[in-house]
Amino acid sequence: MNRLIEQYRRDFPILQGNDVIYFDNAATSQRPVQVMEAMRVFNDTCNANPLRGLYAWSVEATEAYERAREAVADFIGAAHAREIIFTRNTTESMNLVAYSYGLSVCRPGDEIVITVMEHHSNILPWQMVARQTGAKLVYMEPLADGTLTDEEIESKITSKAKIVSVGHVSNVMGVTNPIRKIADAAHAQGAVMVVDGAQSTPHMPVNVRELGADFYAFSGHKMMGPMGIGVLYGREDLLEAMPPFLTGGEMIEYVTRESATYAELPHKFEAGTVNAMGAVGLEAAIKYMKKVGFDLIMSQEELLTKRLMAALKEIPEVTVYGSSDPTRHCGIVTFNIEGCHPHDVSSVLDTEHVDIRAGHHCAQPLMKFMGVGSTARASLYFYNTEEEVDRFAEKVSKVRGWLGYGN
Amino acid sequence: MEIKQLYREIVNEHNLHPSHKRNLDNPTMVLQGINPSCGDDINLQLKVKDGIIEDAAFNGSGCAISQASTDMMIDLIIGQTKEEALKLAGTFMGMIKGETTEEEIEVLDEAAALQDISHMPARVKCAVLGWRTMRQMVEELNRQEVKDADVTAAGSSECGAGPCGVK
Ligand SMILES: Cc1ncc(COP(=O)(O)O)c(C=O)c1O
Repeated sequence: MNRLIEQYRRDFPILQGNDVIYFDNAATSQRPVQVMEAMRVFNDTCNANPLRGLYAWSVEATEAYERAREAVADFIGAAHAREIIFTRNTTESMNLVAYSYGLSVCRPGDEIVITVMEHHSNILPWQMVARQTGAKLVYMEPLADGTLTDEEIESKITSKAKIVSVGHVSNVMGVTNPIRKIADAAHAQGAVMVVDGAQSTPHMPVNVRELGADFYAFSGHKMMGPMGIGVLYGREDLLEAMPPFLTGGEMIEYVTRESATYAELPHKFEAGTVNAMGAVGLEAAIKYMKKVGFDLIMSQEELLTKRLMAALKEIPEVTVYGSSDPTRHCGIVTFNIEGCHPHDVSSVLDTEHVDIRAGHHCAQPLMKFMGVGSTARASLYFYNTEEEVDRFAEKVSKVRGWLGYGN
Repeated sequence: MEIKQLYREIVNEHNLHPSHKRNLDNPTMVLQGINPSCGDDINLQLKVKDGIIEDAAFNGSGCAISQASTDMMIDLIIGQTKEEALKLAGTFMGMIKGETTEEEIEVLDEAAALQDISHMPARVKCAVLGWRTMRQMVEELNRQEVKDADVTAAGSSECGAGPCGVK
């Protein structure tokens, strides 16, 4: 094993002293001690309600929270920290865009363009906007290997498009979509570009301005941060013009019996007591990720994905979906074993201490498009090892036997 | 029972070689049962005469547990009255919830092997899919019978009213 990887792996208490192969990183990743330590420090030294109290602990809590916002802005290349809104997760971020922006701008006859590869959290909010405004939801369809062609992009994004919303990396195919190209097409037609970054932020450097993203959503828990903290980046001029999503405390400037004026960005979109400790944890996760470095993260994932796909290819009954090129998978390998339902596969692998995801991966339109009811998915992260990949492939080769074939 | 053993000893046989996966010629009732989260999808068919389940069969696709559980259920309910079938369903559901004793589940025969599914919350829905569908069908049949009986009762009293009135 790579000596550096071995060293970083020791930062994850859950990965020590057991033989569990955790290959469900796309669902949620593991957290290093550094993240827990940062939250503990917040908890033990300055826990108080941020943005409210006029005493030292509250002021420190506010500072910690706002420092985390700065770190996030820097992490994704936002122009200002006020373009960073903390949410609970990607799902909430997408809903914020749909309710506040989508409902405000869409009119009957307008189009919202997404792809058939989207996670439900990038489909259902737009279905809601389409239903309520009379706009139409249009789906771009990829080739079997996940590629969105130029023709598909250009033919589906027309002058009717108001919003184009695409996942940066598909949580099933693992492909990285050509966001810059799609954003250019969207902008050429006067539409805004929304990006679901849930599966990209853990694996690659992201710069929202270089990508041409007007909105960018992601979750802390998929990138070694805590659950319950997520991010919505929004271009300042767009956020300024949008109505609040949730209303109540913390997001106001002035309230009378009848009405209120709203606080400035980003607080306008952060109603109620915020998850400051989660934000601090996310900041620590970003710091940790920078220490490891995307070069190492990406090279280790590529090494493991190559090894995994090569091993699965040796098992005749296994079908791997998406591109045959391991470098286009972002560590996500979706597969089926002939004759075996993915839930049975996952259940028997569980008895072998192997954790994978099985089902429709919150992407039912994609499953239908691929012509499968459900699939099994192994998703890797940089702290996984070659030894785990080998052990995993060996167990996969035995699944059919466990499920009654050939004995 | 450990899950691999469960598959080895019970589930695989009923999944790979089900006895009742076919279509009935003249089913009294057909109902589709779906598990949206898994994509399990069964089509259950019952032939009921004089309150007795004379025959039953299923079709569909899904995980081994849903398919095997449905096949084992059909083994149990053929030849039973509707009431007995409902009682078996109650016992099976109780077993999956971990609320039954060893003696109580003896009537479930092979299906009692699914007892340990109660420790696998993610698979509970698969195990009960067939039973849930069957229960729904029998309840619907009972409702229809009550309605028919009401209509017949109402009809006969009307009928009877004539002669009575004449008399
Ligand atoms: C591509 C994609 N989008 C959105 C989500 C939703 O993330 P969350 O559940 O954190 O809101 C996920 C993860 O489940 C995902 O993989």
